[in-house]
Amino acid sequence: MTVKPHPRSGADEASRSDSQAVRASRLDEEPMPRRDFLGRAALWSAASAMFLAVLGIARLPRAAVLPSPSKKYRVTLPASMADGVAFVPQGRSVAIVRDADGIYAISTVCTHLGCIVKHTPEGFECPCHGSRFGGDGHVVRGPAPKALSWLALQDTGGGTIMIDEGKVVAAGTKVKVA
Amino acid sequence: MSAPIVSRSESANTTRADDAPALSRALTNLRMAPSRLMQTMFRSGPPKSDRSRSSFVFGNVFLHLHSVRVHRWTLRWSATAGLGVLTIAAFLIALVTGVLLMFYYKPYPEVAYLSMKDIHFVVPTGRFIRNIHRWSANIMVVGVLLHMGRVFYTSGYRTPREFNWIIGMALLVVTLGLSFTGYLLPWDQLAYWAITIGANIAQSPREVTDALGITASFDPGGFQRLLLLGSDTVGEEALIRFYLLHVMVLPMALLALLSVHMWRVRKDGGIVRPIDADQRLAPLGNETYPVFTQAPQKTYQLAAIVRGRSAEVGNGPENTVPAMPHLFYAEAAVFMVTVLVCVVWALCQDAPLKELANPNVPENPAKAPWYFLGLQELVAFSAFMGGIGIPSIVLLGIGLIPFLERETEGTGDWFGGPGGKSLVFGSIVYGLATVLGVEAFAIHFGWIRQWWVAAPQLLITAINPGTVLTALYAGYSIAMIRRYNSTRAGAVGLFTCFLCGFLVLTIIGTHFRGPNWEFYWSPTLWPEH
Repeated sequence: MTVKPHPRSGADEASRSDSQAVRASRLDEEPMPRRDFLGRAALWSAASAMFLAVLGIARLPRAAVLPSPSKKYRVTLPASMADGVAFVPQGRSVAIVRDADGIYAISTVCTHLGCIVKHTPEGFECPCHGSRFGGDGHVVRGPAPKALSWLALQDTGGGTIMIDEGKVVAAGTKVKVA
Repeated sequence: MSAPIVSRSESANTTRADDAPALSRALTNLRMAPSRLMQTMFRSGPPKSDRSRSSFVFGNVFLHLHSVRVHRWTLRWSATAGLGVLTIAAFLIALVTGVLLMFYYKPYPEVAYLSMKDIHFVVPTGRFIRNIHRWSANIMVVGVLLHMGRVFYTSGYRTPREFNWIIGMALLVVTLGLSFTGYLLPWDQLAYWAITIGANIAQSPREVTDALGITASFDPGGFQRLLLLGSDTVGEEALIRFYLLHVMVLPMALLALLSVHMWRVRKDGGIVRPIDADQRLAPLGNETYPVFTQAPQKTYQLAAIVRGRSAEVGNGPENTVPAMPHLFYAEAAVFMVTVLVCVVWALCQDAPLKELANPNVPENPAKAPWYFLGLQELVAFSAFMGGIGIPSIVLLGIGLIPFLERETEGTGDWFGGPGGKSLVFGSIVYGLATVLGVEAFAIHFGWIRQWWVAAPQLLITAINPGTVLTALYAGYSIAMIRRYNSTRAGAVGLFTCFLCGFLVLTIIGTHFRGPNWEFYWSPTLWPEH
């Protein structure tokens, strides 16, 4: 493989021979010849095409519809619900409690790292890192950073309610159910 | 340019072969085919001379990542303890057994668990292979950590090896990623809840954004979790993502990084050794085979194409021996020891498999793999700091070591440099005392929210056992820099302290934490539940 001298315009013939004399070694950097322009253009267009492709691929990990189960569901309440004893529907992470003012639903997903808290007479406790919550979900002991969420529910008649886990309501929101 | 030569040699062949009839020539060629295949595969022939031993290495695409000749210092047991090779050996074992497991493993919730049961109870040798896979992965994690310790304590990160130190850190992260993604695949209770916690740690920047009230507009935590799980919950999408990462993305990344890592060892002048290694080595024994006798006259490489001097210039070939056989036999020995340990361990202990994952009942206690239990111990105070903040600070600190510490004293010697062994010993004492003190305080008295329930979360995120420890260690490191007037002393102090912290927190998380993450002196004291 031989290295050809770069073609230059004839106009600077004199200065060329000067610079050639100074540039004794092939180690010295060379100015970009004009014919390299197309090569650079190809390189940069390939690079920008790849960049745009990566941007497109970055949309892939998030599906337009997430495959998680529906967050809104109907629950049939048991015939007798003692005051202050939580009812947890099969396969759901929500505690439904009845007291004199009505019915309310508290999420049993710990606000620390997502473990499922257990309802106890004193409130809720998390098995993973020992967080404790009061009966209304407020933090009694760390490391949970915030209170358990209260979830929206509505009376759908006939002893059933509709719970929407995706909708958080203010603590203390209770619904009268016949 | 080579055209005339080819035609000349071909014509020579033709003339010679023309003597025999074509059919007999074909038969002769057939008889010669195996040896000619060997010749064209291994052009240099068997490694029986210095020259063919060298071309045995650099004529092979896989071996040429490796040094052709190694310094005798490198072959001393104390120079490396074989830890890098041990790690690679464990990786190769995990690679082979992992491919075998893929024949039976089906990455779909519940089906995955059933296929694990099949591998365990139905597939011939399935349980054995899974055990080897599990234990070799553990050996790999230990190997990476020990290897990092070896490189640090022999100052192997110094110029010109800074970049390889960074590559090594990337390899550490990929190794941990491989282990963690493999943890979910059995789809048992342990796996499910470890990944739930892991995914929520990825979401833990919300601890800060929630406290600042900006989660609605800026939610990197939620994005990270979604990226990992592909859904709101740990389910089929999460499993297939972890599977893909575990069997494809991370192994390929690891192989690429590993190639660079080994190639750089060669390009950076071999394993680090003291500047006066040649004088300190005993003279070469007469029976050593083979000794390099003719020193090459050229110490430059590839003529004028490479800028700068190569690492060999000025370092004669004296005291080097060919990698084949000296280094390769040593590496094969380490490999065999690793295989032996994996096999014996796999025969003695089964890899754990709990009940089928149940999203409604958390495993109690839900423990991550052991090497993450130190972090889980910190996570039990602040999810963000323990899971993301402290690990990032530690990685940043380790990555900065070769750029902040530019001294030359003691390079290549264990615990070399100012302070020496006494500094390491003092750092161990300080590191252990500090972590035990902070943990004893937190276990006995609890932390801020136990005394002040309404404490703002940002306060706890900023001040928790993890950050207190980090601050104490950083303070110690600065004190050592001043005391010895040496950045190396500061680096040794910090690195040693962090190793002690990692060790103690891991042991506490593994052995002393029971249900509800309460402290128990022994797992036998755990209450029934």
